[in-house]
Amino acid sequence: MSLGALGSQLLQVAVALALAPLLVGWVTQCRAWLSNRRAPSILLPYRTIHKLFVKDAVVADNASPIFRIAPYVVFGAMTCAAAIVPSLATALPFGAAADAIALVGLFALARVFLALAAMDIGTAFGSLGARREMFIGFLAEPALLMVLFTASLISGSTSLPTIVDTLAHGPLGIYPSLAFAGVAFTMVSLAENARIPIDNPATHLELTMIHEAMLLEYSARHLALLEWASALKLFNYSCIGLALFVPFGVAEGANALAIIAAAPALVAKLAIGGAGLALIETLSAKLRIFRAPEFLGTAFLLAVLGMLVNLLLGS
Amino acid sequence: MAEVPDTGTFDALHGVLAIVVAWLALGAICMIRPRDLRVVRVFFPAGAIAGVLLAAFAAIALADAPRLMVLPLGLPDLPFHVRIDALSAFFLLLLGCASACISLFSSGYFRSEEGTSPGLVGLHYHVFLAAMALVLVADDAYFFMVAWETMALASFFLVTTDHRKEEIRRAGYLYLLIAHVGAIAILLCFGALQGGRGDYTFDAMRAVTLAGSWPSIAFFLALAGFGAKAGLLPLHVWLPEAHPAAPSPVSALMSGVMLKTAIYGLLRVTFDLLHVQAWWWGVVALALGLLTALFGVIFAAVQTDMKRLLAYSSIENIGIIVAAIGLAIVFDANGKPLLGAIALTAALYHALNHAFFKSLLFLATGSVLHSTRERSLGRLGGLIHRMPWVAWLALLGTLAIAGLPPLNGFVSEWLLLQAFLFTPTLPQSFVNMLVPLAAAALVLAVALAAYVMVKFYGVVFLGRPREAELVHAHDAGVRERAGLLLLAIGCVLLGLFPVNVIAGIDHVNAQLLKTSVKPAGESSWWLLAPVALERSSYSPLIVFGVISGVVLVTIFVVHRVWHGRVRRAPAWTCGFPILTARMQDTAEGFGQPIRQVFEPFFGIERHLPSPSDTAPVYFMRASDRLWRWLYMPIARSVEAAARVAGLLQQGRIGVYLGYSFVTLIALLFFVQ
Amino acid sequence: MTIGAQLINLFAAILLLLAFAMLSQRRVVSLIDLFAAQGLVLALSTAVVAYTTSQPHLYQSVALTLLLKVFLLPWLLYRMVRRLDVRWEFEGLVNIPTTMLIGIVLVVFAFNLALPISEIASTVTRSTLGIAIASVMLSFLMMIVRRKAIPQVIGFLAMENGLFFAATSATYGMPMVVELGIALDVLVGMLILGVFFFQIREQFDSLDLKNLEQLRDERMPRPGVSRKAQAVSPESKQP
Repeated sequence: MSLGALGSQLLQVAVALALAPLLVGWVTQCRAWLSNRRAPSILLPYRTIHKLFVKDAVVADNASPIFRIAPYVVFGAMTCAAAIVPSLATALPFGAAADAIALVGLFALARVFLALAAMDIGTAFGSLGARREMFIGFLAEPALLMVLFTASLISGSTSLPTIVDTLAHGPLGIYPSLAFAGVAFTMVSLAENARIPIDNPATHLELTMIHEAMLLEYSARHLALLEWASALKLFNYSCIGLALFVPFGVAEGANALAIIAAAPALVAKLAIGGAGLALIETLSAKLRIFRAPEFLGTAFLLAVLGMLVNLLLGS
Repeated sequence: MAEVPDTGTFDALHGVLAIVVAWLALGAICMIRPRDLRVVRVFFPAGAIAGVLLAAFAAIALADAPRLMVLPLGLPDLPFHVRIDALSAFFLLLLGCASACISLFSSGYFRSEEGTSPGLVGLHYHVFLAAMALVLVADDAYFFMVAWETMALASFFLVTTDHRKEEIRRAGYLYLLIAHVGAIAILLCFGALQGGRGDYTFDAMRAVTLAGSWPSIAFFLALAGFGAKAGLLPLHVWLPEAHPAAPSPVSALMSGVMLKTAIYGLLRVTFDLLHVQAWWWGVVALALGLLTALFGVIFAAVQTDMKRLLAYSSIENIGIIVAAIGLAIVFDANGKPLLGAIALTAALYHALNHAFFKSLLFLATGSVLHSTRERSLGRLGGLIHRMPWVAWLALLGTLAIAGLPPLNGFVSEWLLLQAFLFTPTLPQSFVNMLVPLAAAALVLAVALAAYVMVKFYGVVFLGRPREAELVHAHDAGVRERAGLLLLAIGCVLLGLFPVNVIAGIDHVNAQLLKTSVKPAGESSWWLLAPVALERSSYSPLIVFGVISGVVLVTIFVVHRVWHGRVRRAPAWTCGFPILTARMQDTAEGFGQPIRQVFEPFFGIERHLPSPSDTAPVYFMRASDRLWRWLYMPIARSVEAAARVAGLLQQGRIGVYLGYSFVTLIALLFFVQ
Repeated sequence: MTIGAQLINLFAAILLLLAFAMLSQRRVVSLIDLFAAQGLVLALSTAVVAYTTSQPHLYQSVALTLLLKVFLLPWLLYRMVRRLDVRWEFEGLVNIPTTMLIGIVLVVFAFNLALPISEIASTVTRSTLGIAIASVMLSFLMMIVRRKAIPQVIGFLAMENGLFFAATSATYGMPMVVELGIALDVLVGMLILGVFFFQIREQFDSLDLKNLEQLRDERMPRPGVSRKAQAVSPESKQP
């Protein structure tokens, strides 16, 4: 493990932590533009997080230590995930410690801790949010795994840097199975990041909350960490999507020049991705919670179909 | 490795038999003063020490050559053969470790009001342990069946410990019935395996080459017989009844260890006694295992009783293990023993993991039951404040069973999914195509298991107490804590050091499949890479290190740059003025999305009160459809046949003498 | 693999994707859109085949497909939808997730079926035969499962799409005569179905095909059947 690889690894984690709130701000901007409204500043998420850190934390009387530990664990799991997904370079020494399956496991770890923390206080909203979140997770996690399996069948490995290397730097080819996987992945990332059509990130109505319901009892630094963690989750999902479907521009190896060249490519791809997300959110309406299984079931079956097409066509 | 016959020196096999005798002796001593509770306090820890010694002997035997012995017991022409080899040693290790922790817990758990005197419980318990150990070392069919039946009987008595309750007696009866149906199948399987030679030792069965469809018949009889004991569909109905009925340490022992003896039997017959396997057996086992897994986890999601939920979860895990075994058969029969070894490693690792985390969870429910006298999830809640030791150790168990990194459940799942990804290399295209569906079903079961376990932990330990009496709950005693702690430590170690565990399991691979995973992979002590580094690798130590590192750095930075002040206040609940414990989710409420999505699979009976009801009662029961479709018709036909046979009993002596007379005439007629 | 063969594989995958999406679609207008998209994909794929194998007569096929399947037929269907005032809800024999599960099983079956056949064929894109068979079966499934008339018509047309794709990709096109014959068949079928559905609507005031079940003969009641059971006969139900 060379110093350069270690440097590129740390740089990537730092970039993820720094850019994640900006991505959320950008998506909010695009949504406002598409609705012919004026959006707040694109740097608002940073100011929100800082404001939350400054405040005093108010914790319920009957909260157990799980409630206070959970934000840190969720944040740690998301950071760990950001260290695995190749966004700038594929020279990630940490990528050898966790592959695609472990990535899904990390997301599951964050989800379980958040759900347990939501059930901890014993309010109606908390358990409602926990139940719905676990339900969405139960449907979305297999779909995500199947998408990653499709990519790993093509590249012969489950290690994300290797997948990106094969797809980006290997012989150029059109992979039809990735078309299926792409549609499935878009649907899954909409569900997992609490976006329309599964969940409305701006709502506080009890009938429509999923992610927000779990955060209701949190305040101050805990809430700041959770908001940052969900921004990181969106960033991670975007980077996974870019790594699997549009991997061009990712530096191979720990070449400093290539990494510097990869940065604008990443920003450009994320900007386009964020605008696309805003477009999808504006064009769709939120689904009833019991239509969510159909939505995610379709994603799951499309991903399985992608694997089958791969086995048939050999690509 | 070549087998080593008995040389008279003290080796691992002698050690194992000595432990068995020690357990039987402990059981007998317990009966001297059966009503004295000190029996439990003193002799159960002794049994735990014996368990640790058993694990030590098994670890020695794991790497060693197989050893044989012929005991001078048994019938004149059918002495008992015993043998210890890598497969037996692995399961003995499982038995020793798990039973040591469970015995330690039991020494603090059993009380006078269990329904049976403590001495009798001690006798049954230790006979049960001894019988399981004997099943694992038996080397001929006769001894195997003797030990198997003893195991079934001892566990029957343990299940019906509280025999004054009608429902517990019924659960025990159902358990015994299905255990014997399974035993008949196993007996027939051994009959098929001996191939007409008449020699029932396993050595003779290994030497026989069966012709025609006999191997398939033997395999399916073994699958049915051992599947009945393991809890495979459709012979699983006893599990959700027997586990809740038994005292919690017994449930832990049954779920954690006894189900694995059935897995041992299946492995022994499939890979050791049968010479070659057909690949389509593996497909059937894979399909059956996945169906069982999905069935178990879907039913677990709608349960309202703690222990029934865990019982259905055991069904799910056994399904996963059998699916992995099926995959191993498919690979091995297609001439890819290395991939088969990976699948088999996943199966054995999952068996070991399940022994630890399921026992941990069952023992935790035992502590909760003793402390609150409540088994129903709808009357628990908020116990993390009253019972911190039990709650935190149960949290480790919950995270492990949900398959989250870096604990042990994730490792076996990871290995199994890696094995699935190799399948496009198979020659049968039909199996190639089915495998994405199989992998999809597996990840679905695993994701739903996380849901179920969050429900279990959240409803029991988190939130607010749903009943006022829960305020009087107290934490577990010292011995109970010790037992739980050891199991939790086991879960953590199995999760953080998979390479060492796989090195141990490799001996079993070497024996059964004649290949070994280790040289092919590029693992080191901290990195698991079963095939090649570029292909896939996983390092739980690094993952754990990074997550805890990030958490600590974050805490430090946040407290430095900003502050760490906390104020306590009543819960906000979105500004609602009233907050009662009834406002949180009940167990049914938490499982409602799953019930709604999978409604066709359950037989749901629901009673919803109308708005004008003065005493509204909500009633929901999810019952097993297989009861109505499979078991009720069989039970009715058996009763009908019994009624017809009952016509023979006329009650008059003249009729019976007439039967003898007619038989005599018929015999004379045919003999001449 | 050449770029042409890769493109045909991609179009095959998109065709299957569209067939699957039609299975799970609830709204009728979206169904018609998906059908038009399928026609477009078909035209593009035929164009690629025509270019790579240098068969100019396939370009006429492309033009016909574009004209009929992307413009004319969807326009006719839109008109039918407006005149028949169709409701948007999904009504099927089984619910959507079950339909999709059956669909996946059919796809596996179709892929397995196509594997030995594609060994024999000699074209580069022979592996797309499995996809074509799969999309035919999925369209057939849609016809069976849906209860309203328009989705059944679209399923019928999508079946023909699948067959056409099979012909062009596996055997590089059909003789023009065969193609014109099939196109005429489909057009006539559409017209007949259109007339048929108008008649159904006249009779029952709805396009739900369940109403057709009321037209079967009433069975003679068995001796011993109570009068109450006899009174509840199909014809006494309201349509």
